Amino acid sequence: MIEAPAKIFSFYRDGFRNMTVGKTLWKIIFIKLLVMFAVLKLFFFPNYLKQNFDTDAQRGAHVLEQITRHVN
Amino acid sequence: MIDVDPSLVNWSRAMFAFTAMYHWIFVPLTLGLSFLCAFYETIYLKTGNEQWKTITKFWMTLFGINFAIGVATGIILEFEFGTNWSNYSWMVGDIFGAPLAIEGIFAFFMEASFFAVMFFGWNRVSKGFHCFSTWMVAVGSNLSAVWILVANGWMQNPVGMAFNPEKARFEMESFAEVVFNPIAVSKFTHTSSSGFVMASAFVLTVSCWYLLKRRHIEMAKKSIVVACVFGFVASCFVGFTGDEAAYEVAQKQPMKLAAMEGLYKGERGAGLVAMGIVNDVKSPGDVQDPFFFEVKIPQLLSLLANREFGSFVPGIDDLVWGNEEENIMGVNTMMEKGRYALTDLAAFKEAKKAGNEQAAEAALARFNENQEYMGYGYLDTPEEAVPPVFIVFNSFHLMAVLGSLFPVIFGAFLFFTVKGQITEKRWLLPIGLSTALLGLFAQQAGWVTAEVGRQPWAIQGLMPVKIATTNLSTTAVQVTFAMFAVVFTLLLVAEIFIMLKQISIGPEGH
Repeated sequence: MIEAPAKIFSFYRDGFRNMTVGKTLWKIIFIKLLVMFAVLKLFFFPNYLKQNFDTDAQRGAHVLEQITRHVN
Repeated sequence: MIDVDPSLVNWSRAMFAFTAMYHWIFVPLTLGLSFLCAFYETIYLKTGNEQWKTITKFWMTLFGINFAIGVATGIILEFEFGTNWSNYSWMVGDIFGAPLAIEGIFAFFMEASFFAVMFFGWNRVSKGFHCFSTWMVAVGSNLSAVWILVANGWMQNPVGMAFNPEKARFEMESFAEVVFNPIAVSKFTHTSSSGFVMASAFVLTVSCWYLLKRRHIEMAKKSIVVACVFGFVASCFVGFTGDEAAYEVAQKQPMKLAAMEGLYKGERGAGLVAMGIVNDVKSPGDVQDPFFFEVKIPQLLSLLANREFGSFVPGIDDLVWGNEEENIMGVNTMMEKGRYALTDLAAFKEAKKAGNEQAAEAALARFNENQEYMGYGYLDTPEEAVPPVFIVFNSFHLMAVLGSLFPVIFGAFLFFTVKGQITEKRWLLPIGLSTALLGLFAQQAGWVTAEVGRQPWAIQGLMPVKIATTNLSTTAVQVTFAMFAVVFTLLLVAEIFIMLKQISIGPEGH
């Protein structure tokens, strides 16, 4: 029973260690995710409704206001 | 007039379009290349020939590069939903939540398990289990696409839901109706099979490059045979699924079909435009000719649109102003009903605020009578319901022309490779070399047709794009657009560089 997790661990460890092109690709993936989540998401793509309203009721009311504000 | 800044809508729209088009460079290759890897490995498993293992590992490496660069590019679309399309995002949250969550969980488990076996498992697991894992990656990648396309299909044909005016949300009533939405089904079959064509074209391009360079000739020839069989079958299937997709468009989005064909005046026994130069200054209702030049196949559009020769296919003018004879309600009438719906929705909101339940109930009953036309109430003029015909017509015809070339290209390469003459037919190799680029153009043109063709709607008939946008400053959207363009151009350059380097190294360097 204890052998299975150890085998899985060594499978992934050896896999990552023996990568050739994969190492470069992981670096790119890491940089990409960092830019996406730590820069773009944080500073440029805030969730407008989550940031500006506390409850779903408020969010619903805001959207209802937005979609009916054009009615004369 | 609806007081929405058009430049804000257009910048938000441009950013979303650019992100989606960028994302779609990688997705079709993933969908198709995963299956090609599975085919190559299955042949290796059956024959035991080590050359097939080398071939499998080589294409698997290119698959991995494409996957790594493409992975998470779709997440930016999700960011944009929250930032730039918050009204829309809130309103569809209940519908999209389930499919997108399934997609996320599915992708995570697939990638953490079978994907790892596919890349790390050579000589660590049995050959059979390794091959099974490769197949699971292929099947899983394609099933993963189902859920995104279900979401997209719902936007084109919103079914299985009801609008809750208190929460301002579309709420799911039938998961099955959403999943088996005919537009979603035809979209999935057409999109996934076109991904198979794209990947086969990619393999053909790389293999032709080796043949032109006189390197790895045996590997290239073997790769071509499998890719061309797959590509040929898939490209024929794309024709059938495209026909089904067009039929569904004709039934559910007739305005899009009219724009795809540049059809202004509806007719019985309508002909299909095989080729033509569309008049880009023509407007609905004017007397100008829609084409400077066109070649039509008589009756074919009626057959494709309604499965019946001589049936009526509505044109843009019929849809904008209505056609009593053919029982078609015009956009002008729908706008009137839509305005009633919006007025009653606003009255419902005010009554609720004032705590007047009786008035709220009365307003809701009136709203329900016209709610299916709600989106039309936001239009300023009936002509606003017409998508940009010039773009839709040309992108559709570009896709169709390129789509019809692929079976010929794959068939020719298969024929000469099986006959053992492919290395002698050097005039054919540059055609093969350009196939991936043609595939990419066809892919992008297909999505332009689908998405520009459904303008002005974010949700067909219920919510125009201009109402879906968040009320931000245009400058803020321009800044994020620029950020995105810089970051993703760099990533694309990195992908092309790594991919070309790996191709240049060849099968020895996987």
